[in-house]
Amino acid sequence: MNPGKIFLAAFLVNNIILMRFIGLCPFFGVSTSVNTSIGMSAAVLFVMLLAAWVSWILYHAILLPLGLVFLRTAVFILVIATLVQFVEMFLKRYVRHLYSAMGIYLPLITTNCAILAVTFFNIDYKFNILQGTVFALGTALGFALAIILFSAIRERLEDAPISPAFKGYPIAFIGAALVSLAFMGFTALFGIS
Amino acid sequence: MDWTIVFKSLTLLGGLGLFLALILFIAARKLSIKVDEREAQIRAVLPGANCGACGYPGCDGYAAAVAGGKAALNACSVGGAQVTAEISRIMGQEVEAKEAQVAVLICRGGKNEAPQRFQYRGAEDCRQAALLLGGPKACIYGCVGLGHCVKVCPVGAIQMGENRLPVIDEKTCIGCGRCVRECPKGTLMLIPRSKLVYLACVSRDRGKAVKDVCSVGCIACGLCARVCPVAALKMERNLPVMDFAKCIDCGICVHRCPTHSFVDRAPGRPKASINPRCNGCGECVKVCQFKAIEGEPGKQHRVIPEKCIGCGQCISVCPVKAIDLVGALGHAVKTV
Repeated sequence: MNPGKIFLAAFLVNNIILMRFIGLCPFFGVSTSVNTSIGMSAAVLFVMLLAAWVSWILYHAILLPLGLVFLRTAVFILVIATLVQFVEMFLKRYVRHLYSAMGIYLPLITTNCAILAVTFFNIDYKFNILQGTVFALGTALGFALAIILFSAIRERLEDAPISPAFKGYPIAFIGAALVSLAFMGFTALFGIS
Repeated sequence: MDWTIVFKSLTLLGGLGLFLALILFIAARKLSIKVDEREAQIRAVLPGANCGACGYPGCDGYAAAVAGGKAALNACSVGGAQVTAEISRIMGQEVEAKEAQVAVLICRGGKNEAPQRFQYRGAEDCRQAALLLGGPKACIYGCVGLGHCVKVCPVGAIQMGENRLPVIDEKTCIGCGRCVRECPKGTLMLIPRSKLVYLACVSRDRGKAVKDVCSVGCIACGLCARVCPVAALKMERNLPVMDFAKCIDCGICVHRCPTHSFVDRAPGRPKASINPRCNGCGECVKVCQFKAIEGEPGKQHRVIPEKCIGCGQCISVCPVKAIDLVGALGHAVKTV
């Protein structure tokens, strides 16, 4: 598959949140304001790329030759969690402004399902490392698109006259469902699976 | 069954776990940054409300700024004198504490006093309503009454009253000033906690223009500025401006104001009382603005309790010290 197609598929057609319904916890938890969702998106982009590379190398260099493919969930979680913690410490020490921009979001998404899902998709779709990188990039930007769009909607919802029974998460879920329906229009284009 | 696969899995996971733990252990040692220990100490004495009154994003931010020598030691208005003293002890510097403040609403025009120009059906938010022709209230200066301050108060000290005006609980208010900064109309103000009297109107109009839209609005007559015994009030652009450093909380402006635009925070005030030492000189009768003292020259005068407001002006002019105030001045709670 060519990288452009993979990118578009991950970004729009198979959007990780709105089409695959993976990574919903940060999607609802951090989307209350546009500023926090931008910080979260930056952290996701960063961690997702790192995770994609590390997991791909681990899988092809260690798990596959040893025949221990079934251990991938445990190994990936272990390695990604350690890596993110290490990177957090590194940024705190050497790249202070980057740390203050997205530092608090890094530990939140260490073992997030969206991150793990990307590493598995990379293996299941038999991507090489370039395709995997493009896929992770597209997925992370798709995540950013969804969460930033949605946080703007939620900022508007905050001041809208909503009946008390629907205020907060109920109306957010209904809103998310409608946005998801809109994204389903992209399925007609193409997709990966 | 094949035991080698079990052995291999255990070795891989265990080895990987140990290896990564070692990496993190070394990294934590090598990459740790020295945190100024004063920062943690300062953070411990701060109130922890994260209200932003100091201008920093929270108590952590302020503690770091103080320890780094970038912030003033007395910027935490919430903690007041006690916290300032603690911080100056930690930093080893002497700093004068700022007086604790309290937020007050400087608009008295609720739905009964100030009519609406139109019915507002938009989002229940002061800022949006205020953008629409200055808000639905006929007085374009006054409180919109949709409770943005209620939402932003970090300690829940503001409630919406029945009159569609926010009511501030002075005991809960920490004086951070967030409501003051957020109010789109500027109808909230911080005043020193010890001060009892303030003007509750922000209308820059005068006379009939105010009367038409609000029954308790300041009409800029300037009477308060003329009657103030210490000249603490000065008329500026159709509003009396209070100099809190001069104000003695006598309450004369509160009672002389024809539109009742001033608010007296004192729950109760004392009354003057004249004892038999009085020689009937009549100085007190001259100074009393409320005609609350009567009597014939040369005989003991008496106070008319219904008229006396307890301002205490007569005490200072009495040559024989025959006047006392009876009943304690009900100061509002000074500290939280």
